[in-house]
Amino acid sequence: MSITSANSSDVPVIRFENVHKRFGSLVVLNGVDLDIPADQTTVVIGPSGTGKSVLLKHIVGLLRPDSGHVYFHGRRIDNLPEKEFEPIRKRFGFLFQQSALFDSMDVGENIAFPLRQEGGISETQIIETIHEKLSIVGLAASERKMPADLSGGQRKRVALARAMAMNPEVLLYDEPTTGLDPIRADVINELILKLQKQFKVTGIVVTHDMASAFKVADHIVMLLHGKIVFRGTADEIRTCPDPEVQRFIQGRASEAELGALDRL
Amino acid sequence: MEHNQSWPMRAANPIIGSVAAIGAWAIHAVQTMGDFGCFFLSIVYRTFTGLNRRTIRELFIQMYEMGTLSIPVVMLGGGFIGAVLAVEAYPQFKAIGAGNRVGSVIVISVVKQIGPVLTAVMLAGRLGGSMTAELGTMRVTEQIDALRVMAADPVRTLVVPRVLACIIMTPVLTVFSDSIGILGGWLISVGVEGVRNYPFWHYAQTGMDMFTVYVGLIKAFFFGLVISTIACYKGFRCGNGAQGVGRACTESFVAGFCVILLANFILAVMLNNIYVMLWPNQPSIL
Ligand SMILES: Nc1ncnc2c1ncn2[C@@H]1O[C@H](COP(=O)(O)OP(=O)(O)OP(=O)(O)O)[C@@H](O)[C@H]1O
Ligand SMILES: [Mg+2]
Repeated sequence: MSITSANSSDVPVIRFENVHKRFGSLVVLNGVDLDIPADQTTVVIGPSGTGKSVLLKHIVGLLRPDSGHVYFHGRRIDNLPEKEFEPIRKRFGFLFQQSALFDSMDVGENIAFPLRQEGGISETQIIETIHEKLSIVGLAASERKMPADLSGGQRKRVALARAMAMNPEVLLYDEPTTGLDPIRADVINELILKLQKQFKVTGIVVTHDMASAFKVADHIVMLLHGKIVFRGTADEIRTCPDPEVQRFIQGRASEAELGALDRL
Repeated sequence: MEHNQSWPMRAANPIIGSVAAIGAWAIHAVQTMGDFGCFFLSIVYRTFTGLNRRTIRELFIQMYEMGTLSIPVVMLGGGFIGAVLAVEAYPQFKAIGAGNRVGSVIVISVVKQIGPVLTAVMLAGRLGGSMTAELGTMRVTEQIDALRVMAADPVRTLVVPRVLACIIMTPVLTVFSDSIGILGGWLISVGVEGVRNYPFWHYAQTGMDMFTVYVGLIKAFFFGLVISTIACYKGFRCGNGAQGVGRACTESFVAGFCVILLANFILAVMLNNIYVMLWPNQPSIL
């Protein structure tokens, strides 16, 4: 860990180079260039449906670019076959937007899944990890519950516990605070901060929650129409002159977007 | 791009239009076959390269779900078909003065044709649909993505145990269905029509040999393979949303059903030829 942190400032953990992705005739990513620095938290914002989740899925090879490259610690990964991707994926934790808990397993088994998949971890250690991660997300008593019996926010927290189970070096959070009450959302924000500060976790947070974005971000990038249109710190985005960026962070709809309401 | 996809429908000349539509359909069909072929090979490859503990555990869960829980419905179906067969066949045999021999036709039809096919069709409905729905829902709710992110191969973790469970349990269930089918035929012949026990079982036995039993079981094995691979394929390729999952389930059952009937015909011809090759002096048994 300490060896890599020596040059962590100059080699980005993840680099996108002119990445294009389309589904049929729908162009989602249209030349994305992006560097994710090590040991810091980068927040990705952008309107709904603009391709933020698609961007995250390119990092772990769930989607492959139509053209352009993705690098992990300077090594090109977008062309790796599925089998060679596996060791790289183990260094990531991924919190899915829809939580993606396994319905057929209870909460404890869900969290244990990546540990058992890894193999060679003793059962007592697994149980210890389950308790530890569940208490971090405030669900200590829910180990035996089935995902179907949990609320949306609880599922999200279990999914976060599962993403943390292997103590990954990079954590990808797809809307970690969506569906949580403000207090619980703040606990998650503090958790993201703490993981970054204490454990040097590189974080990428996709969110619509601007309060959360300003709180956890070392950098904010904005994705719009398939491109990165802004990149900078929280202070820089507040003073960014681009009107589209300003409208987004202040949550003001444009005349055109409100036009449809006039017909009511 | 856009008119590329829609031009067959808009072609001015209706003949060219319909030829183009057939061509588009043919391309789609060939692509689907190729895609299914790759999927199938990946299942075979993963079956023979290491079954881990999790796969084995899932295999037993699936064998219970598919096999044990299907026994009642399969036995019910088999019993009634055997009984109906006796009801229809006995008068015909009696008319030519061979009422005692009704046992042989019941046993042969049940063991070679009706037992395996009926069991497979019932399983295609019961298992095919639910397998597709389960895997399709997992795909739509990102659970399959989650497996991949945690370095668990989805085919190895989900598909291999289901396919293995299905090809093990379909022959087992076929045996249950056959047994109750024969008993159903016996009940009608002996209990209702008044055939005596000795001739019924005597002729039932002379109609049978081990090859007949193998034919039924080999068919059941292939039917299990057909049901499970089609169901898993449809689940993995299903469209988005509840509608996509629902449609995939219907397609899974219809495709499974058609392929079972087709496979039954091909297997019957092939196995019959093998029988003639092995025992050339016996009458053909097709
Ligand atoms: N596998 C896929 N196949 C086809 N289209 C897809 C696929 N994944 C995403 N899309 C499309 O890509 C676009 C971007 O989707 P994405 O989920 O990345 O949006 P998002 O920015 O995460 O939005 P939200 O904030 O609402 O989650 C959407 O229009 C979506 O329909
Ligand atoms: Mg999203």
